[in-house]
Amino acid sequence: MSSGSNGNARKPAGGYFPRDRQWHPPALTPFYKTSVARSPARAPISLNNTLSEMTGPVFGHDLIGEADNDLIHNFARPGESAIGERIVVYGRVLDETGRGVPDCLVEFWQANAGGRYRHARESYLAPLDPNFGGCGRTITDETGFYTLRTIKPGPYPWPNGPNDWRPSHIHFSVFGHAFAQRLITQMYFEGDPLIPLCPIVRTIPDPSAIDTLIARLDMANTIPMDACAYKFDIVLRGRRSTVFENRMEGN
Amino acid sequence: MVQRLDRLKETPSQTAGPYVHIGCTPNFAGITGVFPRDLGSVMVNDRTRGKRITVRGAVIDGTGTPLKDAMVEIWQADCDGLYPSVNEFRGRADPEFAGWGRSPGDMETGEYCFRTVKPGRVPFFDGRLMAPHITFWIVARGINLGLHTRMYFPDEAAANGDDPILARIEHKVRIATLIAAREGEGQYRFDIHLQGENETIFFDI
Ligand SMILES: [Fe+3]
Repeated sequence: MSSGSNGNARKPAGGYFPRDRQWHPPALTPFYKTSVARSPARAPISLNNTLSEMTGPVFGHDLIGEADNDLIHNFARPGESAIGERIVVYGRVLDETGRGVPDCLVEFWQANAGGRYRHARESYLAPLDPNFGGCGRTITDETGFYTLRTIKPGPYPWPNGPNDWRPSHIHFSVFGHAFAQRLITQMYFEGDPLIPLCPIVRTIPDPSAIDTLIARLDMANTIPMDACAYKFDIVLRGRRSTVFENRMEGN
Repeated sequence: MVQRLDRLKETPSQTAGPYVHIGCTPNFAGITGVFPRDLGSVMVNDRTRGKRITVRGAVIDGTGTPLKDAMVEIWQADCDGLYPSVNEFRGRADPEFAGWGRSPGDMETGEYCFRTVKPGRVPFFDGRLMAPHITFWIVARGINLGLHTRMYFPDEAAANGDDPILARIEHKVRIATLIAAREGEGQYRFDIHLQGENETIFFDI
């Protein structure tokens, strides 16, 4: 990357908008029991962004294989496919100012249609699907758009309360352009009655924040006789432009 | 009425859960044949400039037990203090250096491990140099929002003494939680304590 002194697209910019910590879940949420021994008790120390937070790794599009975002096929034997409701999930990665975030690595993982993960420590009695691995990845295009193809994951019980169930969900890990934007979250499905009952969902205090994690069924983008479509936009932290900075960066 | 800012809200975080390794280090989790190798597993090669170091440690919960389902990511400058990032405008970082690493906790011990190079010094926003440091991001089951912290080096006492971030920490007694232990030539240990007397300093960045 050359010096940005005469480009208009890539100028040094200011720090990222502060995280709204009342919008995110707090560290300690006793009804989600694992958080009790894993939540820092002391307040995090506020730190204005330095270059260490305003920079982040670059992932090239050549990193991504053709089937990486197709969980129906990326683990399946040749000619076979994963079992379950076939779906397409699509959306854009945006920042808080509404701009698309291009070249953003998005990774996702999920249980199979029966609610079972392919993992050594997983003990749920639902069967493994020999044609389903449960992981995928993609990189957003120049407008921030991404898409993946998968089967709808099943809900599953988990050891927390005596009878807690996770709603159907897909885990998302997202990189923006800065380490300050790093985010892991979960996507839920419109209409799932388990969403309001889930202790992990309820770690988020504001119901309107929970709504932003629920993907909407989009019949217009459904692939006829193949897959239903769900739309899920992801918003990363936005960034001040240098006109609002009181000090220039080190150049 | 006033005008609207039309700002979006950041997508709220959810825990990475017990199976973050399936999504982020699938080969480590035993899901092979999907991706050729796990991202972030190799940070340096033979041509990378700088002094080779190893950083290892564990993420430890409030009972003193190491987490076995954590994922640790690090981000750091190259040996000259440049970041291999699109947001680095001071020059071009070593193209043979990734700057970013990702390590799953070992299935038995919970230990993470990175083979990297010692980072150079990076300027603070007022131009003063920060001490060499590595930025950490930690996620796991039970962690609702990924935790940011920094590791500093025990053999950089003078630079650490001038570091503008360390200088603003009110409780000086806690600074030690950000400084790795030296275990041998180029070998550092950085344990991350989520709670307790030695709770690591985490940053709201
Ligand atoms: Fe899950």
